[in-house]
Amino acid sequence: MARLTINGTTRDIDVEPDTPLLWVLREQVGLTGTKYGCGVAQCGACTVHIDGEVVRACSMPVSALTPEQKIVTIEGLDSPAAQAIQKAWVALDVPQCGYCQSGQIMAATALLAKHPKPTDEQIAEAMTNICRCGTYNRIKAGIKQAAGIAG
Amino acid sequence: MTLALDVSRRGFLAGSAAVAGGFSLGFHIPMSEAAAQGAAPEVNAWVVIRPDDSVSIRVARTEMGQGTITGLCQLVAEELECDWAKVSYEYPTPGQNLARNRVWGNFQTAGSQGIRQSHEYVRKGGAAARMMLIQAAAKEWNVSPEELRVAKGVITHAASGRSTTYGKVADAAAKIEPPKEVPLKDPKTWTIAGKPVARLDTVDKTNGKQVYGLDFTLPGMLNAAVRACPVYQGKLKSFDAASVTGMRGVKKVVAVGDNAVAVVADTWWRAKTALDALKVEWDLGANANASSEATAAMLREGLDAKEAFEGNKAGDADAAIAAAARKVEAVYSVPHQHHATMEPMNATARWTPERCEVWCPTQNGEAAFATAVAASGLQPTQCEAYRINLGGGFGRRATSHDYVRQAVLIAKEMPGTPIKLIWSREEDMLHGWYHPVTMCKLTGALDANGNMTALKMRISGQSILATVNPNGLQNGRDPITFQGLNPGGAEGRFGYSIPNLMIDHAMRNPPLPAGFWRGVNNNQNAIYLECFMDEMAHAAGQDQLEFRRKLLGNSPKHLAVLNAVAEKAGWGKPAAPGVFRGLAQHMGYGSYVAACAEVSVSAQGQVKIHRIVAATDCGHAVNPQQIAAQIEGSFVYGLSAMMHQEITIKDGKVEQENFDSYPCMLLDEMPVVESIVIPSGDFWGGVGEPTIFVAAPAVLNAIFAATGKRVRNLPLKNNDLRKA
Repeated sequence: MARLTINGTTRDIDVEPDTPLLWVLREQVGLTGTKYGCGVAQCGACTVHIDGEVVRACSMPVSALTPEQKIVTIEGLDSPAAQAIQKAWVALDVPQCGYCQSGQIMAATALLAKHPKPTDEQIAEAMTNICRCGTYNRIKAGIKQAAGIAG
Repeated sequence: MTLALDVSRRGFLAGSAAVAGGFSLGFHIPMSEAAAQGAAPEVNAWVVIRPDDSVSIRVARTEMGQGTITGLCQLVAEELECDWAKVSYEYPTPGQNLARNRVWGNFQTAGSQGIRQSHEYVRKGGAAARMMLIQAAAKEWNVSPEELRVAKGVITHAASGRSTTYGKVADAAAKIEPPKEVPLKDPKTWTIAGKPVARLDTVDKTNGKQVYGLDFTLPGMLNAAVRACPVYQGKLKSFDAASVTGMRGVKKVVAVGDNAVAVVADTWWRAKTALDALKVEWDLGANANASSEATAAMLREGLDAKEAFEGNKAGDADAAIAAAARKVEAVYSVPHQHHATMEPMNATARWTPERCEVWCPTQNGEAAFATAVAASGLQPTQCEAYRINLGGGFGRRATSHDYVRQAVLIAKEMPGTPIKLIWSREEDMLHGWYHPVTMCKLTGALDANGNMTALKMRISGQSILATVNPNGLQNGRDPITFQGLNPGGAEGRFGYSIPNLMIDHAMRNPPLPAGFWRGVNNNQNAIYLECFMDEMAHAAGQDQLEFRRKLLGNSPKHLAVLNAVAEKAGWGKPAAPGVFRGLAQHMGYGSYVAACAEVSVSAQGQVKIHRIVAATDCGHAVNPQQIAAQIEGSFVYGLSAMMHQEITIKDGKVEQENFDSYPCMLLDEMPVVESIVIPSGDFWGGVGEPTIFVAAPAVLNAIFAATGKRVRNLPLKNNDLRKA
């Protein structure tokens, strides 16, 4: 049994303690915006926020989490930075297949929360999620647009 | 690759009425939205117009990120003259396509063909619908259709001041006999097509709402995890179901065909956990000792083998080389690569003795359907396949629907229960249809004046058709091997005029299946040819641009894209300190492409790609901003492979199981990409793949310019570029 606070709601979830947060979100809570890509914290498709920090949910067992920790998924994003990122993503048509974009947006939103005007180096350091379609340049442009930095 | 259903058209049509219900829209996510709107008359197969004037355009090709939905809708909407702001799309199903005598044509979405091979009939679909809508209004007002004008879905009769909308006349239009002559607009007059309009499918991809195959659910659904024999063509010997049946959530353990086993559970995580604990014995079969070393030895033997399939021949290359003032020889190699779509393979199936349905990400709904029919043991009229959005295709979901077959076989073991099968990333990596492995020996001749008088190009290695469609071989020869090297043809013509030429292929097929991988054989062919042309230019002591220009005199479109990148990149002018340039050009999938890359290499051998200027002439540019996106994306895919990726085999098994051993390019490695789109207008070329061809050779040639080291064995990570 795990007690988790997800997108502002605290709930008890009857799962084995070693179940990764990713599969709890997807299969127990029904939040499928967070994606499975690798299961070994390599690709970032499962990126969520825990207390504002990016976490790769595929490699986070629920036993390591407490109800006090605030888990936010793509479905629960509502900060001004998140809205700016999503708006920029739409304006620039960033996604192609889109499968990695939940994770990309979670990573980009956390970046802007820390660095409202990120440098190119800070963007490169924060954005380590894989995109096989190759949307990296539009991701970079989207972050800059959301941050109000001239591309 | 082709749909082969053993069913007579007459029998199928007769039986299909009950299935298709005339044209009930059935259960499908995009379609169900249309159905929820109530009466939504289709004007014709391509166009549905609702009373509120919203327009739904049917798309037969599959969206996998390349923007084909938006592009195809632009083409229909252009001729339809509807309001673009009111356009949405829906996917017809393969069952409906068969029931309607394949009214939507080919569903195959591969070979960069989405737009170039359907532009004419989709535009005619839009134009015919417009003519019928106008005629319906004319009939209602009792005037001649010629007196009516239409703009953005509003039909007006200037003489009487009357106007109506598409939504109001759609019902009547649907009853009108379709026109026989359907003229199309001059592309010069386009207002929707040819413009950089926003994609139709972006918003849901930014908020988690887009449903992919992996996200799909049905009431009462169970989840399956599968493991196939890790050695190609090996078999399942036995498994000990009792070892996992008591585990939480586990419902059933089943053999899947003769080479795999699956665990079905309430959740996928529990199914996978049980599968990991399951005791399985394999019969590894004849490939148990296969290795990359053995493959390499086999390919090396082919480099000088007597027998080979001819691809392109002119003059007498051997004689010209023997008589040459200077001879240059080099051997290159390109390894197996995996597609590694972000979303692993998956499919959901529900089977009963009367009906089989699958919901799956696929690049070819018809092939997915045919696979489901074959696996179900039922008639086509009893089956349906629904396309779910896919997290990347790159050819994997066009080459094989093995995952659909498995899902149906598992569902057959639990009649009536929907089963969602998901491959783990490891399963996906181990059971790919890999980019073919090849080597190439090139021999070039220069005369005393530095003119290139001969080229021999011996490709040794794997044939894709030999794996996926042996019936497509022509007396054993795989014509696809010669992509971009052919003497002629709209698909991909060898651009250089070299008087003595021999390009041939010694087919050597290793024990690992080959598949269509974005760019397909153009990728290694462009690396081999364009890197070697660079070697020839250096050997001749000539500028690499000028050397190519002299040989492209009979290929003005090849030359135009090369000139365009050279000019924009500033070829011939100094680059930034420490930065070096490399060029490449190629033609494939109907388009002409070129690139100029700028790289620097540190003393420690670290390569930094700063900028790539890319040009494409794809004939008609339906959506320039999406073409730019495809150029950038194709570079990431091609350069990931060039720099980091190889699939190797040891003891019969693929050694790379996840992204830690099969790395992909990340944002910090991404160069600035400057795209030049030159639509010269008299043909239709592809966009999704062509620019991938030139990314790797342009960068490799720039690396040579920077280091004096010629990288001939890929990937780059296996090469030492440190300063000596």
